[in-house]
Amino acid sequence: MTELVAVSTVHHDAHHQAAPKALFGFWVYLMTDCVLFATLFATYAVLHNNVNGGPGGRELFSMPFVLTETLILLTSSFTTGLAMLAAHRNAKKQVLIWFGVTALLGIAFLTLELTEFRHLVVEGNSWRRSGFLSAFFTLVGTHGLHIATGLVWMVVAGAQVARQGITSATLRRLKLLSLFWHFLDLVWIFIFTIVYLMGTLPL
Amino acid sequence: MLGKLNLQALQHGPIVLGAQISIVLAGISVIALLTYFKRWKWLWNEWLTSLDPKKIGVMYIAIAVLMLLRGFVDALMIRAQQATSVGASHGFLTSDHFQQIFSAHGTIMIFFVAMGLMFGLINLIVPLHIGARDVAFPFLNSISFWLFAAGMALINLSLVLGEFSAAGWLAYPPLSGLAYSPGVGVDYWIWSLQIAGVGSLLSGINFVVTILKMRCPGMTLMKMPMFVWTVLCSMIMVIFAFPILTATLTMLALDRSLGMHFFTSDMGGNPMMYINLIWAWGHPEVYILVLPAFGVYSEVVATFSRKRLFGYTSMVWATASIALLSFIVWLHHFFTMGAGANVNAFFGIMTGVIAIPTGVKIFNWLFTMFRGRILFATPMLWFLGFVVLFTIGGMAGVLLSVPSIDFQVHNSLFLVAHFHMMIVGGVVFGYFAGITYWFPKIFGFKLNERLGRYAFWCWSVGFTLAFVPLYILGLMGATRRLDHYDASLGWQGLFAVAGVGALIVGAGIGFQLLQFVVSFLQRQQNMDTTGDPWNGRTLEWSTASPVPFYNFAITPEVSDRDPFWAAKQANQKPDQPHYTDIHMPKNTPLGLYIAGFSFLFGFAVIWHILWLAPVGLLGVIACVIIRVSDDDTGYYLPAVEVAKIEATSKRRRYA
Repeated sequence: MTELVAVSTVHHDAHHQAAPKALFGFWVYLMTDCVLFATLFATYAVLHNNVNGGPGGRELFSMPFVLTETLILLTSSFTTGLAMLAAHRNAKKQVLIWFGVTALLGIAFLTLELTEFRHLVVEGNSWRRSGFLSAFFTLVGTHGLHIATGLVWMVVAGAQVARQGITSATLRRLKLLSLFWHFLDLVWIFIFTIVYLMGTLPL
Repeated sequence: MLGKLNLQALQHGPIVLGAQISIVLAGISVIALLTYFKRWKWLWNEWLTSLDPKKIGVMYIAIAVLMLLRGFVDALMIRAQQATSVGASHGFLTSDHFQQIFSAHGTIMIFFVAMGLMFGLINLIVPLHIGARDVAFPFLNSISFWLFAAGMALINLSLVLGEFSAAGWLAYPPLSGLAYSPGVGVDYWIWSLQIAGVGSLLSGINFVVTILKMRCPGMTLMKMPMFVWTVLCSMIMVIFAFPILTATLTMLALDRSLGMHFFTSDMGGNPMMYINLIWAWGHPEVYILVLPAFGVYSEVVATFSRKRLFGYTSMVWATASIALLSFIVWLHHFFTMGAGANVNAFFGIMTGVIAIPTGVKIFNWLFTMFRGRILFATPMLWFLGFVVLFTIGGMAGVLLSVPSIDFQVHNSLFLVAHFHMMIVGGVVFGYFAGITYWFPKIFGFKLNERLGRYAFWCWSVGFTLAFVPLYILGLMGATRRLDHYDASLGWQGLFAVAGVGALIVGAGIGFQLLQFVVSFLQRQQNMDTTGDPWNGRTLEWSTASPVPFYNFAITPEVSDRDPFWAAKQANQKPDQPHYTDIHMPKNTPLGLYIAGFSFLFGFAVIWHILWLAPVGLLGVIACVIIRVSDDDTGYYLPAVEVAKIEATSKRRRYA
């Protein structure tokens, strides 16, 4: 084994085979994440009326605030799209700029979310208050945790692109990252609809 | 500094002390032996850092066998307690200890024995069956295995430090909530399953992609070996079921450590939600375990009957429909919840319907044997034992699927007898058959047949003796998890018979261990020089035994469902081979490190060690970043080298 030469640049066939497998595998992973969120949504649906004498969604949620969060996240999906277009054009600098904008929007979104959480906790409506609030914090918080993961990923991917440029390997990773980000956007649409809209609209 | 951890965590009764001492002694002797024989480097380079699915498969099975021993000791203690704790006598275990033992028995047997044997065989055989050199994501596979190992380590640590859950193998709330289980036992249960469960989920993704994307040219879906089909269905089920487990365990953990109210009985929690969720994972889980075992039987029965598998297409559809149905029957685990007649009727009918595709399979196997030239080798014996036991257990299952009958025997020993017959008779026998069948392919020599037969008969007789009394006791009203009962009930005789049965199973396990040792010592006589010791049908038998680490020197092309059999029938001689360079992944210890940090994280959360939890988490993230920053993860094995390895194995084959 020791005398074997390690080659990573001469043969390209192995790398070409890796891309479709990774992309398909990532789609399958996203499906598992979908099931994870589905479980949390189902729990929220069961528990959302269990307010235990405390406040419900109508008293707690501020729609203009949440709409701002939503618009920020939707915009970040758009800028991810611009970054990917740049990546396919092999425009390294634009890739970095647009992912930078996406990351800033992601940070803004997370900040707003944490502000909402802090506000709730300060007013005595933490996750300990009721089954409804436990389900709310866990569902929305899990989405927030995913966004945070995406931000760490964006930093790592950005550093790789800055160092290596757009190669088949970095492009593959960017594709997965953008898939991940769009997926989180999609999950947020469901959170916005089911948790916030259906929680506040008079039905 | 150490959270809730203090010296009191070490104080236990004499039984646990014995277990602690034996764990420590076993650990010391393993370390001493490795050092004495200077095997540390070998262990590290050849095994611990290996990304070869065959090595990973062997490690899975080694852990599963170890855990089988531990789970079996638990079983013996349960049997001994129930046989002796009558009337004035209260047996040798306290109630709390007894509860920890049956919780550990169930958890270990499902998660670390059955799952370990299953993932072990899948790793060993699936790439070979589809004519591939590796799995889709070799590094991810290593992470999966090490997370499994970390979960195993955590659950066994509970024996040394602290206590284990006393809330049963599925930890129903509110009993498993903080109010009724304030100790660390349930936390050990949660985090060992959480870590191992994430590993299983990643394996599920890995093997679905492997099977769908890496089949050799010519192998269309309907030309895949039956084992691969069952693994594909099982892994698709993993993808859908395991995220539910992850979410549910997380919610239980949040209830316990952050004071949330998902499953508490006050403050707006809903314990029945947990029971629904855990079975929405748990019912598919048992089919996840049994489907690949069905696949093993399909391979074994065809090979040892010298016939093509009967009804392949119907077998595929039966497997797929079992996979689908398994997701719409979970409520039969709690018909007594009070969901109402219509809901119970739906789930009852769906459960009964599962007997149809399962019956299709049984008949297909029997028809495969019909007019075959049957060779009664050990794998075939395990298959025949399975047909008898599984059919009896299955009929008990159909009885249980009727809600009105279920109300009578809910949570009784009748149920315990039923699911043991399905899991031992179906799953465990299947993986034993698979290990015996594929052993020569991996190690190059066959297992001793005589000791294998002894093991089979001890298992079958002992198992029947251990569980038929439980059916009767269940009908007499004995509930499960009973640590004491009144003498006037007249149950002791049957419990004693069950205890004798367990001892005979113990003899069977003894013969299996002896079989490994004797076969290893006599390996020269049992050497497989042909690569095809059973006159096999599928691709793996076309390679040398033991199979080289790259599996196939030349990627095979297939045009038949039993390609190797067809080639042998047509007397096809392989052309003069033209070898090319083979791309292989390099070894890496990062999977091991990731699991190590996950272990630290789990340990920290269990004991509330606030500084250690972020260390574990950051460690995992750092390892992942190191891995993705490394572009030099593979190497090429030059064609000359391949030719050299192939020539030596050929010489051995035709010697």
